[in-house]
Amino acid sequence: MHEMSLAEGVLQVVEDHVDTADRVTMVRLEIGQLSHVEPEALAFCFEAVVKGSVAEGARLEIDRAPGQAWCHNCGRGVEVSSLIDACPDCGGFQLQVTGGNEMRVKEMEVA
Amino acid sequence: MCTTCGCGQGQVTVEGETGHGHAHHDHGHHHYHSHADGVSEARMVQIEQDILSKNDHLAWHNRDDLTRAGVLALNLVSSPGSGKTTLLARTAQDMGTDRSVAVIEGDQQTSLDADRIRQTGARAVQVNTGKGCHLDAAMVGRAMRTLQPAPSSLLFIENVGNLVCPAGFDLGENAKVVILSVTEGEDKPLKYPDMFHAARLMILNKSDLLPYVPFDVEKCVEYARRVNPEIEVLTLSALTGEGLQGWYDWIAARAAGMAPAEAAE
Ligand SMILES: Nc1nc2c(ncn2[C@@H]2O[C@H](COP(=O)(O)OP(=O)(O)O)[C@@H](O)[C@H]2O)c(=O)[nH]1
Ligand SMILES: [Mg+2]
Ligand SMILES: [Zn+2]
Repeated sequence: MHEMSLAEGVLQVVEDHVDTADRVTMVRLEIGQLSHVEPEALAFCFEAVVKGSVAEGARLEIDRAPGQAWCHNCGRGVEVSSLIDACPDCGGFQLQVTGGNEMRVKEMEVA
Repeated sequence: MCTTCGCGQGQVTVEGETGHGHAHHDHGHHHYHSHADGVSEARMVQIEQDILSKNDHLAWHNRDDLTRAGVLALNLVSSPGSGKTTLLARTAQDMGTDRSVAVIEGDQQTSLDADRIRQTGARAVQVNTGKGCHLDAAMVGRAMRTLQPAPSSLLFIENVGNLVCPAGFDLGENAKVVILSVTEGEDKPLKYPDMFHAARLMILNKSDLLPYVPFDVEKCVEYARRVNPEIEVLTLSALTGEGLQGWYDWIAARAAGMAPAEAAE
């Protein structure tokens, strides 16, 4: 999905939290394994989007949160790495995503 | 993933919009002042905010407006050419006699699709996204202000043809409907799982072509339910009309729960 819009979204969140006189040197994101984001593409777009902003040249750190799902067959939570994964225990697909779809700005470093 | 299409909001045009009617939401922003005595010290600022929080906020407003007016809004997503406009033109014609139908058409360029819808007598507004590859909540909000959908009406949003990008953008709709035509292959739910995960209904269109193309309907449904165990499925032909009644019934059932809020005196 659209990493350019997402990079603009990151910059928007960042700008909402700083003064124009600030200089942002690092931005940390949490991007779940099951979210709609390609981290490398996002990093590429971020670099382009922040040009001329308070975050120009800022380092982008991306934490990956593991994908989590509830297996209705097994009646317990399991870890999955994509939306097309089967339950690692029973091999079934009765899975409901319970975590790992976050796309969040966690923190940033301001100088 | 789609890094080639940049999303310059400046290129977005909404048909019928007068002036630059952008609604700006200004919320209290936090400002941190740290430049004490000219000593600038690096510090960490905790944020914990969703990247799409602005879009989600605008989507919340769209949904709120729609719910109050008792309008059922459906967001139609698919790759280009799977039959969204054909289905909508037909739907507007067949359902338009019972209730008011309005359509928001999203394409990068041209107003061809909005023109096709208007020929049925339904109201339509075209949103051109320029280089953008999906509609977002701000564009739909602008289109809604131009269209002013009638209370208890149906509002269809035809997203930009693209099985990837529109999946993550809430527009304020009641449900996403993904359309897959039988000429595209039954493996698409596995190849583009985000979209099938986000959709409430999958429409398998161009059923009239099933005799001519190798397309395993059962397999396709199985794949779709792997990524979304709850997805509903309808098979139809927007061209011949086969199976359309099931679609109209599905819409009517969803619309039944919606009624405009009593105007507060
Ligand atoms: N055979 C057949 N062709 C269809 C059907 N629905 C749409 N088409 C054709 O598919 C092409 C693309 O349709 P269109 O509605 O423009 O797709 P969109 O890009 O998703 O809006 C057109 O040539 C339509 O006539 C169908 O049910 N059966
Ligand atoms: Mg179309
Ligand atoms: Zn299991």
